[in-house]
Amino acid sequence: MTRFGILMMALLLGGCATTDGADPRDPFEGFNRGVYRFNEVVDEAVARPVATAYRDVVHSEIRDRVRNFFANIGDVFIGANNVLQGKFFEGFEDFARVTFNSTLGLFGIHDVASEMGIEKHNEDFGQTFGRWGIGEGPYLVLPILGSSSVRDGVGTALDYYTDPLGEVHSVRLRNSLGLLRLVGVRADLLEASRILEQAALDKYVFQRDAYFQRRRSLVYDGRAPRERYDDDAPVNR
Amino acid sequence: MTLRSTASWLLGLLLAGAALAQELAPDVLVKNVTTDVIELIARDKEIRTGDRARLIEVIEAKVLPHFSFQSMTALAMGQSWNKATPEQKKRLIEEFKTLLVRTYASALAAYSEQRIDYRPLRARPTDTDVTVQVRVIQSGAQPVPIDYSMEKTPDGWKVYDVMVGGVSLVANYRTEFNHTVREAGVEGLIKNMRAKNRSLDKK
Repeated sequence: MTRFGILMMALLLGGCATTDGADPRDPFEGFNRGVYRFNEVVDEAVARPVATAYRDVVHSEIRDRVRNFFANIGDVFIGANNVLQGKFFEGFEDFARVTFNSTLGLFGIHDVASEMGIEKHNEDFGQTFGRWGIGEGPYLVLPILGSSSVRDGVGTALDYYTDPLGEVHSVRLRNSLGLLRLVGVRADLLEASRILEQAALDKYVFQRDAYFQRRRSLVYDGRAPRERYDDDAPVNR
Repeated sequence: MTLRSTASWLLGLLLAGAALAQELAPDVLVKNVTTDVIELIARDKEIRTGDRARLIEVIEAKVLPHFSFQSMTALAMGQSWNKATPEQKKRLIEEFKTLLVRTYASALAAYSEQRIDYRPLRARPTDTDVTVQVRVIQSGAQPVPIDYSMEKTPDGWKVYDVMVGGVSLVANYRTEFNHTVREAGVEGLIKNMRAKNRSLDKK
């Protein structure tokens, strides 16, 4: 992990200039902003129009089924991560979800487990590393995938490597499924990106800060201790 | 009972109701306001067809009174808050309020009949600072938690931060605000926010 981290950092440092007054969590801001701009161009030209068309053309019922189908596949991997984090009960719940949803839920297109009160979890390798005590490391904006960090970037690489979709033998089917999943994910984020557009003075900064907060919350499964802000000295409201 | 006494009795009841409303427990308040607003939007044709001005009107009437924008702005500013003069503070609060109301409008416009699960409040009766937890349930995804941080004030409970999925709205502005204040001063920040709000007016 560390060796890989150092390698990645060295690679990145080669291509970036440090910016003044930068956030200590984002030493590669110059580079990251470049990737961010690239992502925005791609998103505007391809991803957003496709996702918008998908949302407008496909009925929400069907979109729910598609989301559930991929969510069910994802639960296998979420369960594995829960086990790796020592959360055996949650892991058990994830496998129970897969069992119910794959059978009663017809290959996962119906999320019957949630209706039975077995809620979905959110886990990935980045969170598992976090649970093991590994810090986020510097912020990274990945091409296409967007906000990440050195730790979560390594996690994402592992996520893809262990993706159950990779087991699909037919290349054409695998690619189509992967593409459908991506379009669905982007479609679900359409509203979120509109809210971001509305809320942020500087989208890059807003998204970065939200990313760190979100990941921290996820690592603690929503029970993160309240953060103390160092610049939060006595404030007279 | 004569008509007049019935009328005054009714009036008395209404006034008592208004007084009671201020004493509403924070979790009840959140639930009432949320249910109200969702129902209003569902019934309002103009809003459903995308009338943003109308949506903002509803938010200003129904939601705004339950937020403490002074606390929100102070918390988002962090240390920079003390660098602002009382007059600048006023303008900061005004601009931040506009920005937040519009953000809230975008979030509400995105709402599409997801089920909302109101969590039981865990607080002592003597507490003056509580977190009211709500979760938005959606099929095939982890429920999204929304936490309202609320403080007790003489005019009832007021929200001073909203956390969505573990992301504090107020904290999320802090880096940006402090950075802008360091670079361009408090005036620069006010100018930035005003420009942002103006640019959204045109859309």
